[in-house]
Amino acid sequence: MSSQVDRKWVWIGGIVLAVGLLILPFLFKNYRVFQFNLVLVYAVAILGLNILTGFNGQFSLGHGAFYAFGAYTAAILMTNFGVPYWATLPVAFVFCFVFGFLVGFPALRLAGHFLALATFALALAVPQLLKYKKIEGLTGGVQGIVLSKPEPPFSFTLFDQPLSADRWLYFFTLFVTALMFLFAWNLLRGRVGRALVAIRDHPIAATAMGINLPVFKSLTFGTSAGFTGLAGALGAIVVAFVSPDSFTVTLSIFLLVGVVVGGLASIPGAIFGGIFIQYVPNIADEISKSAPAAIYGVLLIGLMYLMPTGVMGGLQRLWAKLRARPAA
Amino acid sequence: MTLKPLNLALAAITSLALAGSALAQKKYDPGANDKEIVIGAIHPYSGPASAYGAIGKAIGAYFEKVNAEGGINGRKIKFIPLDDGYNPAKTVEQARKLVEQEEALIVFNPLGTPPNTAIHKYMNDKKVPQLFVATGATKWGDPKNFPWTMGWQPNYQSEAKVFAAHILETKPNAKIAVLYQNDDYGKDYLKGFEDGLGDKAKSMIVSKLTYEVTDPTVDSQMVSLKSSGADTFFNITTPKFAAQAIKKAAEIGWKPTHYLNSVSASVGSVMTPAGPENGIGIYTASYIKDPTDPQFQKGKDWDDYVAWFKQYNSSGNINDVNATYGYTVAQGLVQVLKQAGDNLTRENVMKQAASLDMTLPRLLPGVNVKTAADDFFPIEREQLAKFDGKTWVLFGKVYGR
Repeated sequence: MSSQVDRKWVWIGGIVLAVGLLILPFLFKNYRVFQFNLVLVYAVAILGLNILTGFNGQFSLGHGAFYAFGAYTAAILMTNFGVPYWATLPVAFVFCFVFGFLVGFPALRLAGHFLALATFALALAVPQLLKYKKIEGLTGGVQGIVLSKPEPPFSFTLFDQPLSADRWLYFFTLFVTALMFLFAWNLLRGRVGRALVAIRDHPIAATAMGINLPVFKSLTFGTSAGFTGLAGALGAIVVAFVSPDSFTVTLSIFLLVGVVVGGLASIPGAIFGGIFIQYVPNIADEISKSAPAAIYGVLLIGLMYLMPTGVMGGLQRLWAKLRARPAA
Repeated sequence: MTLKPLNLALAAITSLALAGSALAQKKYDPGANDKEIVIGAIHPYSGPASAYGAIGKAIGAYFEKVNAEGGINGRKIKFIPLDDGYNPAKTVEQARKLVEQEEALIVFNPLGTPPNTAIHKYMNDKKVPQLFVATGATKWGDPKNFPWTMGWQPNYQSEAKVFAAHILETKPNAKIAVLYQNDDYGKDYLKGFEDGLGDKAKSMIVSKLTYEVTDPTVDSQMVSLKSSGADTFFNITTPKFAAQAIKKAAEIGWKPTHYLNSVSASVGSVMTPAGPENGIGIYTASYIKDPTDPQFQKGKDWDDYVAWFKQYNSSGNINDVNATYGYTVAQGLVQVLKQAGDNLTRENVMKQAASLDMTLPRLLPGVNVKTAADDFFPIEREQLAKFDGKTWVLFGKVYGR
């Protein structure tokens, strides 16, 4: 009985959420919608890193590099080859998958913090490599590439608000994000997900059970890079500009912060991670112009103190407490 | 013929009505009303370039002083400073926030070439002034294609022209070697330099070499430049490479007349590491009064500056030239808004910004702010300075338009 009631509520909740998400952009100004788009983009990027770090236990301080790689793939395809914006996303995924696989393969010999350092080097190198003279014709050098925002293919109004370029991009981003989350869900809930967690928790036992460690680890690295690269491409389309200075090492670190804040090995946690890295710097900036970074640090420490297992872990604990109360 | 008097009468009435409305009617765009003017600004308060945050703070502190003294034409300035951490993606977000959310009249003094490039198209599409941007690139003065964007400080090309003018005056037969960073900044300087030398550029410049930001040193370039037989050297490099070049020239015994771009005119980060004795006699250019220079620590403008600093900007460092920059550029904007009067539309703000002719107290004597409808480069004059082993000593006349 009770499980049936639960299922009904899940359905109702799901529908309310879906409708809410669909009308959301019409309730806010374009600028807010633009921020929502960035939250979704960061959520996909964090999801990618979470597959690697949360589920597989491999640390990467270099996912900003894959994000940049994806962003530049989209920008170059759009400006130099006239590829439509939506078609750049699968290309970015494949490119970054291959790139990530190639990085992940030698990185197998590096465990834990050594891997973190190797990927950190990648993140440091990328902004400089993007300025490299020989490829300036493609990358635009220090100046970067200015893109045009995709126009909505049709027009309509809701609550007196037209379907602007930003709102159209919101639906596009939302669709892609939902697709990527579904993909990750399918991948991680089944055999593959269990294998990844087994490798994380006990690699020797995992090998003994017949999991091919090198292949799985490299594929995970590739998939993770593919997710983050696709997010980068999406981010380039949303922001309509790429330049080396957009992808400094700070981005890589912020992505890792997003993973930990949202909750390691939690798929929905990535959304909270995206919200955190999008909005908390703005809050810090509003509190103090003198030391926004210090305020950011305090907020981060405060959150980790309140919810040591990330937002998702905190919510689960809260939920467990609420459910336990009526019984007791 | 019978219609003529009627025509005249109509014309008279129309013109009267127009004149009357122009006098009486106040015109506003978003961000301006009878009580206040909303000014948005974007500076890096966090991140790698956060030292420049001092500019944003000084601007805010100057507006506080303006407000305390009654505002501009009776209106207070509501200043909204935002942080982009020198990240162009963030600059886009913050510019959109200022335009769409806060409805600022203008976006003032956004800092850095990449951040400004990121919002260049957006600001011009939205027809919102991107006024007095804090970067030296020459592309900000392009009123034909980007009528809503205007620079502020001397751009790289006009500075290079100052050096070229000095060479033509003092050493018309110089054999010049140029070392430049292989990017927009370096090419901008080189173009200005060649334009400044005019027809003689081809014969005078005997060697041009580049380096990459990613190069470890410029030692080999310096050796080849020396072997070109040049007796004059134009050094278009960022601080690290500038120090290397000065040091290497001394090591290999090359003593050309040495011009150093103002990008690297820092005693602390260039001249000291290069060895101050190696830098004696090097020329650079400047346009603003350095607060640490004793010759500018006197007079009414200094007293005003110190009083403002103590009362409104006390959290800042009085030795920081960035604060002087912020103070000066804020004064520039105040003049634009004063000129705009009661017609506070974005169009009129750009129009007034494009009809400035003034001097400001903390600019070097003789350096002015001058713009026109086809001249979007406010400060173009600079004075040369020579390194005496300890500091830069200004000398000679003020160059530039």
